[in-house]
Amino acid sequence: MDVLKLDSGYDAAFVEAVMNESGQDPFACYQCGNCTAGCPYTFVYDLPVHQIMRLLQAGHKGRILQSHSLWLCATCESCTTRCPNNIDVARIMDVLRHMAGREGMITEKQVKQFNDSFLDSVKKHGRVFEFGTLVKYIARSGRFWSDADLGPKVMRKGKIAPRPHDIKGKDEVARIFHSVLGDGKK
Amino acid sequence: MKIGVFVCHCGSNIAGTVDVAGVAQAAKNFPEVAFATDLLYSCSEPGQEAIVQAVQEHDLDGVVVAACTPRMHEPTFRRAVERAGLNRYMFEMANIREHCSWVGKDKDANTRKASDLVLQAVEKLRFDRPLQAKSFDINKRVLVVGGGVAGIQAALDCADGGLEVVLLEKTSTIGGKMAKLDKTFPTVDCSSCILGPKMVDVSMHPNITLYAYAELESVEGYVGNFEVSVKKKATYVDWDKCTGCGLCMEKCPSKKAYDAFNEGIAPTRAINIPFPQAIPKRAVIDPTYCRQFIKGKCGVCAKVCPTEAIDYEMQDSFVQEKVGAVITATGYDLFDYRKYGEYGGGRYPDVITSMQYERLLNASGPTGGHIQRPSDGREPKKVVFIQCVGSRDKSVDRPYCSGFCCMYTAKQTILTKDHIPDSQSYVFYMDIRAPGKMYDEFTRRAMEEYGAQYIRGRVSQVYPYKDSLIVRGVDTLLGSQVEIEADLVVLAVGAEASRGASELAEKLRISYDAYGFYMESHPKLRPVETNTAGVYLAGACQGSKDIPASVGQGSAAAAKVLALFSKDQLESDPQVALVSQARCVGCGKCVQTCPFGAIQLAEDRAGNPKAEVIETVCQGCGLCTVTCPQSAIQLQHFTDNQILAEVNALCQQAMEESFES
Amino acid sequence: MSPELSYAYYPGCSGLSTSKDYEISTRAVCRALGIKLQEIPDWSCCGSTPAHTVDHVFSAALSARNLSLAEQMGSDTVITPCPSCLTNLKVAAHRMEQEPAFQQEVNRHLQEPCVNTVQVKSVLQALIQDLGPEAIAKQVEKPLSGLKIAPYYGCIMNRPPEVMDFDDPENPVAMDEILRGLGAEVLPYPLKVECCGASYGVARKDVVMQLSGKLLDLADSLGADAIATACPLCQMNLDLRQDQINAALKRSFRLPVFYYTQLMGLAFGLEEKDLLLNKLNVPAGPALAKMQQAAEAAAEQDAQTKEQ
Ligand SMILES: Cc1cc2nc3c(=O)[nH]c(=O)nc-3n(C[C@H](O)[C@H](O)[C@H](O)COP(=O)(O)OP(=O)(O)OC[C@H]3O[C@@H](n4cnc5c(N)ncnc54)[C@H](O)[C@@H]3O)c2cc1C
Ligand code: SF4
Ligand code: SF4
Ligand code: SF4
Ligand code: SF4
Repeated sequence: MDVLKLDSGYDAAFVEAVMNESGQDPFACYQCGNCTAGCPYTFVYDLPVHQIMRLLQAGHKGRILQSHSLWLCATCESCTTRCPNNIDVARIMDVLRHMAGREGMITEKQVKQFNDSFLDSVKKHGRVFEFGTLVKYIARSGRFWSDADLGPKVMRKGKIAPRPHDIKGKDEVARIFHSVLGDGKK
Repeated sequence: MKIGVFVCHCGSNIAGTVDVAGVAQAAKNFPEVAFATDLLYSCSEPGQEAIVQAVQEHDLDGVVVAACTPRMHEPTFRRAVERAGLNRYMFEMANIREHCSWVGKDKDANTRKASDLVLQAVEKLRFDRPLQAKSFDINKRVLVVGGGVAGIQAALDCADGGLEVVLLEKTSTIGGKMAKLDKTFPTVDCSSCILGPKMVDVSMHPNITLYAYAELESVEGYVGNFEVSVKKKATYVDWDKCTGCGLCMEKCPSKKAYDAFNEGIAPTRAINIPFPQAIPKRAVIDPTYCRQFIKGKCGVCAKVCPTEAIDYEMQDSFVQEKVGAVITATGYDLFDYRKYGEYGGGRYPDVITSMQYERLLNASGPTGGHIQRPSDGREPKKVVFIQCVGSRDKSVDRPYCSGFCCMYTAKQTILTKDHIPDSQSYVFYMDIRAPGKMYDEFTRRAMEEYGAQYIRGRVSQVYPYKDSLIVRGVDTLLGSQVEIEADLVVLAVGAEASRGASELAEKLRISYDAYGFYMESHPKLRPVETNTAGVYLAGACQGSKDIPASVGQGSAAAAKVLALFSKDQLESDPQVALVSQARCVGCGKCVQTCPFGAIQLAEDRAGNPKAEVIETVCQGCGLCTVTCPQSAIQLQHFTDNQILAEVNALCQQAMEESFES
Repeated sequence: MSPELSYAYYPGCSGLSTSKDYEISTRAVCRALGIKLQEIPDWSCCGSTPAHTVDHVFSAALSARNLSLAEQMGSDTVITPCPSCLTNLKVAAHRMEQEPAFQQEVNRHLQEPCVNTVQVKSVLQALIQDLGPEAIAKQVEKPLSGLKIAPYYGCIMNRPPEVMDFDDPENPVAMDEILRGLGAEVLPYPLKVECCGASYGVARKDVVMQLSGKLLDLADSLGADAIATACPLCQMNLDLRQDQINAALKRSFRLPVFYYTQLMGLAFGLEEKDLLLNKLNVPAGPALAKMQQAAEAAAEQDAQTKEQ
């Protein structure tokens, strides 16, 4: 593992940006680890969430934004609910993910592809068309559908709608995409 | 009048941001100032000497010291001017530290402000008159509220010092939390072996009157002469007759009463004596469980009691006591473990508090000292301890460290191993706080000799699974989530202010912090005094602390009372209200306003009603002076004229300046 | 009966597709209880998790469009069955209330600005708080006696408490109360708010196998006949993926996973077309049959004791 330079490696602009975008004070964290203790996703994280908090205090942008954990956090709110210092940790995770996305550091491609497929569908129809999302995701990730076994179950039971529901205001919804996210390439 | 002004450097505390020599120079032009200088440390011996000399050399009539807050050093300087031959009230202090040098960094602005503050003090001093303190007799008896180890120590020390002591305890026995403990850190000696004899001493001491099952109803008066009313709660047992034989308890058919002494881990009887070594050893009926009270019939205890002590008709009664000082030693209460839903305290029977665990460890506890799971009575092999439950946690409004739980947890791991040699203890901690003598060694012993596993990190959740409790936490040193399948989980609950602490504080007119702990007069130099003269603190009521510290404070508070009572008379503060007989029209508004009852209506020689101040009762609060429609009452040393002079000193110049522009 | 309850209703996208059973049973149960649901006209997707992982203004704007439509209906409260929609709508409303600048920014992207006057609740909250458990218990025609249920709320229905402001975040009881009123035996299920793996089923199936597997194992160890849930995503992970979990963890769970509204409908005596129990992957039949048997046995014993 590299030696972390605590003085020269401290990225003040990064810390300030996280504080501004999240409205949280990472320095209130005393590293009790409760967030990690309760996080159901710790077993797939490369950096446990309390270490992300610590790296944030140390201002180490690189190590944080490269972590897979950011893309595996499900915003289950366990950390936020139990943090003894009332830090909204899940919101910090969200904000870090936004930053990683903006800088193109996407370490869990499939998660991002799934999310993008979902949002594309919303943009197109105004509501998510689950079937279309899946098809698009499979095409995008180029992966054989690991849920092929579910296909017959879902189809036979009519569990998934085969056609999208376009809403009247779908253009209005698409405008939200354009106006907040620019040309939607996020 | 010839006034001397002394401007203090306070090292660099003041001189760093105030031109002190400049202020002294400016003061030379203030009205009636005959001498002004700056001093490096005016409170030091040479500083005080310089003041005394200047008074004598320049024949000064009054002194202004511009330095720090008067809270600390006003008495110091009053004594100095007295030594110089002046009346101690011909002295004023200007606070140019807390009110000036520590506030801003702009030296010019600070210097101007400091000069203004000095001018203000000078203007006030011009109206000062010599005041003489009056002496009054004191009642050399002391009231101790709370019979935990701190209160017991204070009571015994006072009593041994020859004072009459009234000891008040809310529950039916003295002993407090320590009476519930099994062994005590850091020596692991038996708690009742060291506390028991002290409790007996209290009951035997000819100078101690003990009221157990009693509370403080009201307090009147002032240092040296308090009058207190004590409420003796109805016990439904005549304690003069009860011998503590325990026959009633044995025969009582109501067997599901809540046992506060055993922290609810086992039930007790509706009539009970909390434990065999109780002092006083007397029975009390709990009417919420007694069948006689609930159903109107039973009467078993009355039938079996050999001395006919049972009295279902008993009412609360009150006794009045006169004392000269009060020591509060009301201790602490434990954090409510149900507030952490994720640990399931109160929902899962095998998640218990540390104090409940003490009762399980204790040979005189409900399990006879055998550690058993409340759920099934099984002996646990894997015991998990979670520290800082309700401490150092802002989310439950308990940001402070309770101070003793690290230590008692280490003790409990040692005792667990002693009781169950093939057991394993796990301790989740955030930091180990063991700064006392032999304390760190003690926690090391728990790990090295007794094999307790210490895991650095918090626990996020505890839940039952099959026959065990899954404890899911983190080991932050490993950076890993960890799980333990435990048999028993012990929560090291923190300390809170004792229930009713703030109400008691209001009665005693002492202050308390945001969490209900009592405020000492100075955190370093007056740790057992309060801001109310004659009221002292001991033990955990001032802030969570362990037994050695509580006992130390008990003795310290006793020493303070003994010192106070070493004189036969006390001097009253002459800075009190004074009625101008000529102006008073006897309307009585002031009598109604005074919160201390210090004003009464009397008649002058012609038979006209006139207000009269009882000097020893007046606290100098000044409420009456603003109430009086005739301005007939003046607070001495703070007269209307003096306040106006101060206001003028600050405003005149400013007003002139603003009119000029 | 109390004055009629009427709400703006936000069904959420999955209600049209994968959780049609939840949607249909929710509507049927509300009808039976006299609760009027006025669907927000032309509602759009709240953006779910994917939106807030991209940008908070974006996510709030997608939600606020719907809040604004509800305002235009003149409604003061909008309810939704889906916890994920609930969270998005509530977070948007909460932040707009806390930060006026945020609200302005959100409104910049909307056709009709959101004034932020409507209250957002889950259907569950409306049922327990506005209608009350007694009114629900009164509708019961076929009590679910003998059915042992593990109530599972999912991770975001009550968390974080500052935003969700409903029930106990560690040990919620609203659904327990309803189920108990239906006559079921509600088990003390300790992982009520533990995450099931959320939407990672597709992209990271391994995650769901572990997390949902743990939930099934715990319910099984408590002797549950079934699980009740209030969340489409949880239901899908626990029910539809139960066979995958069995394969991945080498287990053989057969636990039906009901929406609590389906159980209400069952107890109210509603018909299959209102319950869509046939959409469950793990069939409900055996659990219901067991319940039936238990009920009959109990009735028999009752009769016997009366005879004596
Ligand atoms: C689980 C546990 C284990 C511990 N183990 C140790 C140990 O091994 N070693 C150690 O040094 N410390 C230990 N401690 C700390 C110890 O309990 C305290 O240091 C000690 O009890 C403080 O004594 P006290 O007299 O100030 O307060 P308390 O023991 O709380 O006594 C206060 C007394 O005042 C009474 N009271 C309260 N309010 C009123 C009122 N309004 N009027 C009249 N009476 C009132 C109470 O009933 C009580 O009798 C332990 C604490 C816990 C929780
Ligand atoms: S729970 Fe809060 S204080 Fe503890 S490590 Fe996580 S962020 Fe820091
Ligand atoms: S919100 Fe994210 S980081 Fe926090 S506990 Fe849940 S998954 Fe883990
Ligand atoms: S009268 Fe009350 S206390 Fe006495 S024996 Fe009966 S129940 Fe017990
Ligand atoms: S003494 Fe130890 S366990 Fe207790 S609050 Fe302080 S750090 Fe936590």
